Amino acid sequence: MIELLIMLIKTTVVFAIVLTHVAYTTYAERKLIGRAQARMGPMEVGPHGLLQPIADFIKIFFKEDIVPINAERFIFQIAPLIVLIFTMINLTVIPFSSNFILADLNVGLLFILASASVSVYGIILAGWSSNSKYSFLGGLRSASQVLSYEIALGLSLAGVVLAAGSLNLRDIVIAQHNTALGIYAIPQIIGFVVFVIAAFAETNRAPFDLPEAETELVAGYLTEYSAFRYALFFLAEYVAMYIMAFLCALCFLGGWTIPKFITDILPFLDKVPGIIWFAIKVYAFIFLYIWVRATLPRYRFDQLLNIGWKVLIPAGLVNLIIIAFLKRLSL
Amino acid sequence: MIPVEYYLALSGLIFGMGLISLLINRNLIIVFISLEVMLAGVNLALVSLAHYMNDIRGQLIAIFSIAVAAGSVAVGLSLLVANFQLKKTLDSEEFSELREELRND
Amino acid sequence: MIYLIFAYFCLSMIGITVMALTRKNPVHAVMWLLLLFLHVAVVYLFLNAEFLAMVQVIVYAGAILVMFLFTIFFLGAKELTKEKRYTQVWEGRLLIGLAMTATGIVTFSVASPSYRGKYTIEYIEKVGNVKSVGEMLFNEYSLAFLMLGVILLVPMVAVGLIARRPR
Repeated sequence: MIELLIMLIKTTVVFAIVLTHVAYTTYAERKLIGRAQARMGPMEVGPHGLLQPIADFIKIFFKEDIVPINAERFIFQIAPLIVLIFTMINLTVIPFSSNFILADLNVGLLFILASASVSVYGIILAGWSSNSKYSFLGGLRSASQVLSYEIALGLSLAGVVLAAGSLNLRDIVIAQHNTALGIYAIPQIIGFVVFVIAAFAETNRAPFDLPEAETELVAGYLTEYSAFRYALFFLAEYVAMYIMAFLCALCFLGGWTIPKFITDILPFLDKVPGIIWFAIKVYAFIFLYIWVRATLPRYRFDQLLNIGWKVLIPAGLVNLIIIAFLKRLSL
Repeated sequence: MIPVEYYLALSGLIFGMGLISLLINRNLIIVFISLEVMLAGVNLALVSLAHYMNDIRGQLIAIFSIAVAAGSVAVGLSLLVANFQLKKTLDSEEFSELREELRND
Repeated sequence: MIYLIFAYFCLSMIGITVMALTRKNPVHAVMWLLLLFLHVAVVYLFLNAEFLAMVQVIVYAGAILVMFLFTIFFLGAKELTKEKRYTQVWEGRLLIGLAMTATGIVTFSVASPSYRGKYTIEYIEKVGNVKSVGEMLFNEYSLAFLMLGVILLVPMVAVGLIARRPR
């Protein structure tokens, strides 16, 4: 019973921290993009606009929840919940530190891929149930995009699994720490690049944010959504960004550890708690997301699919073969 | 520990419902969906036997069957689309060129 | 307790199957099917098949059902509901199906296998489910695994050929 209570508290803490991060990621995004475009970003609410996300959330949660008259009412209403639930559920298998993990699953990596593939349904259904052409096209685009890039994502992670010999995220980090270089991003540089590009497409972010391309599709599958349900989609997108950042930090950048050759030179770095290294890696990845959004233009849809199928998947396969040879030669 | 017979009965029931639906429906999409239900029943039986007989081969066969199911569904659905473009219908009884003349009774 | 959970899964799986097979709108049918597959995956977890549970969700939910949805969207979901639902002699077919189901269930539920292999629960817990599956797959069934690759390659080519429009 007491274990259950501790578990509940842990879960609440993790969810609260991640949701706070999500709120302030929107702020950071607006500020950084503002700076990139020589603007100030939000400045009005609080000092330097620091209370802006809170004001936004209050506003959006008190708006009227509109359901279009020709929509499939029930599916329209549960679609954002599907996306949010199957994105948030991933947080349970992420090891934040060497001993802080909600559920130490032996197939943690597959669990993340599985729930990512289920959360696609929310997007398809949102597009279909809105009964609007823009929504429908946005939903279909998003589905084909996420499905094509999930193959590339899986292939790049297969290299990591092969090198670590485990699907457990904690074991992957430990195996990574025991190698000479300490991070998998260096020997698996191809896989790392494939992963980063696929992660951008997987979360429907710029430069692959075609499902919500404003110039052609109004707002994609979000067109008919308003207020609360729109906020749920928004939340799910940012949580998915964080999941990808966690995955990148864990599988390629060494999670809560830092490479051994650095601690050999600077031994005092060993005293720093692991969660800080993890946070730095995650923030760096989130910064990359925002930076790319501020600088790169959007791809066309055929270009997107060509990159996915003709570049990333062959590159992922090459990476897998290289890692297999490296593993065989026990390097 | 739940007896293996319960799992087998459950999988048999799911398989049977899929089978009945497969036999009586004429919409090809529903027929494909029934096929998937039947496959789920079979895989459930395989995995429960693998668990109760302490042998992992049942799980392997289930993995193989899942993989083959993915391929077969891809071919089946593309054939369905091609047929739909040809005949503008999904009624399975319309696809009867290879059948003998229907009796009129 | 475990019986209670099992009873829940039995009832809900049967109910979901009935719902999936009786829906008029194919999109709803696919959604119920998705729910059924998620339940099946959880039952796999009960049966110590974690890898298979995840594969079930990834392949069925991530690939097969999306193909279904794309096909349904492509053909137009609203059109499918208009047609006649059952085949010509559906009563007879129903009887045949019921008879086969009853035979199957009776045969299945009296079968109590006596064979016991070496992969006991303790062994799998020590080695790990994924590892034991992988060792068996790549040693004993390596040829079958290669064949599986061919079996998956052939549909890929076939689908490409079917989908190609004659010019």
